[in-house]
Amino acid sequence: MVDGILGKKLGMTQVFRENGDLLAATVLKAGPCVVIQRKTTAKDGYEAVQLALVEVPGPKHVNKALEGHFKKAGANPARFLREVRLTSGEESIKPGDKVLVDQFKVDQRVDVTGVSKGRGFAGFHKRHHFGGGAASHGSMFHRAPGSIGASAFPSRVLPGMKAAGHMGTDRVTVRNLRILQVLPEENALVVEGAVPGPDGGYVVVRKAKAPHP
Amino acid sequence: MTALEKVEQSQLRKDLPAFRPGDTVRVHVKIKEGEKERIQVFEGVVIRLRRGSNHSTFTVRKLSFGQGVERIFPLHSPIIDKIEVVRPGRVRRAKLYYLRGLRGKAARIRGAQTGEQSRSASPNA
Repeated sequence: MVDGILGKKLGMTQVFRENGDLLAATVLKAGPCVVIQRKTTAKDGYEAVQLALVEVPGPKHVNKALEGHFKKAGANPARFLREVRLTSGEESIKPGDKVLVDQFKVDQRVDVTGVSKGRGFAGFHKRHHFGGGAASHGSMFHRAPGSIGASAFPSRVLPGMKAAGHMGTDRVTVRNLRILQVLPEENALVVEGAVPGPDGGYVVVRKAKAPHP
Repeated sequence: MTALEKVEQSQLRKDLPAFRPGDTVRVHVKIKEGEKERIQVFEGVVIRLRRGSNHSTFTVRKLSFGQGVERIFPLHSPIIDKIEVVRPGRVRRAKLYYLRGLRGKAARIRGAQTGEQSRSASPNA
């Protein structure tokens, strides 16, 4: 069994608990995945599998190099390829093996990695949660950063100063999301809370690294 | 149907009666007190119905000791034991916020006159 699976964010909704609590939930298409390549300690220095997310239709064009790579595993070309580390005792997995969502259980904790939504060139408020100034009462200081340092000393802006700039499209991992539902026939997973990225964005779901009870 | 729609549809309750804004309803709510569970009834006029598959809600307004009280229920919530339509009401708009400014005779709704004879009319219809 591989401790992770590739998926796609389908969208968010809400789920009722038995006692009437409403939980925010994200529905993920998770798998089916095919093992494309096996990385071994002997050859690569670490144990891992390269997974491909099976999608219909697949990619329109695949270059020769990738085509051969998929052919080696006897799988159809896929758009989304990622490696997942193996823990010891799982060495029997070989290319061509399937990874399905039914390996996850309800109430299990998972870490979900995705690429966050791009915000473009974002100002201080959005990017660093600066407060900004008062809107009225003649404040004349609204969305500016304020002081960014002292004067003659050090005569420069210190490295790492929070500033406006590009925000988003970062690789982001949200840890310890609880699995609310597993739908094997749909290849879908419902996790509590939000997951990075837009609807339709690709994600990697892994068994939680440090599971919270 | 996508998996997202399936998740939403699997939560919809099909055991609830149809009702509309203007109807007087009796909502039986399950309340947990420690280990014991009991039913509390909230009766009033539906002044708002927000439709949207599993996130539909409705608002019930009543007068409690002369004080207007509104309660918003998620329509498909499992805490709702049952809903009885006490009196259907005929109204001409979808959101009855105007009732908040009215009381007594002015806050009546046509087809929903008070009186025991209409009250007994088929609660589970």
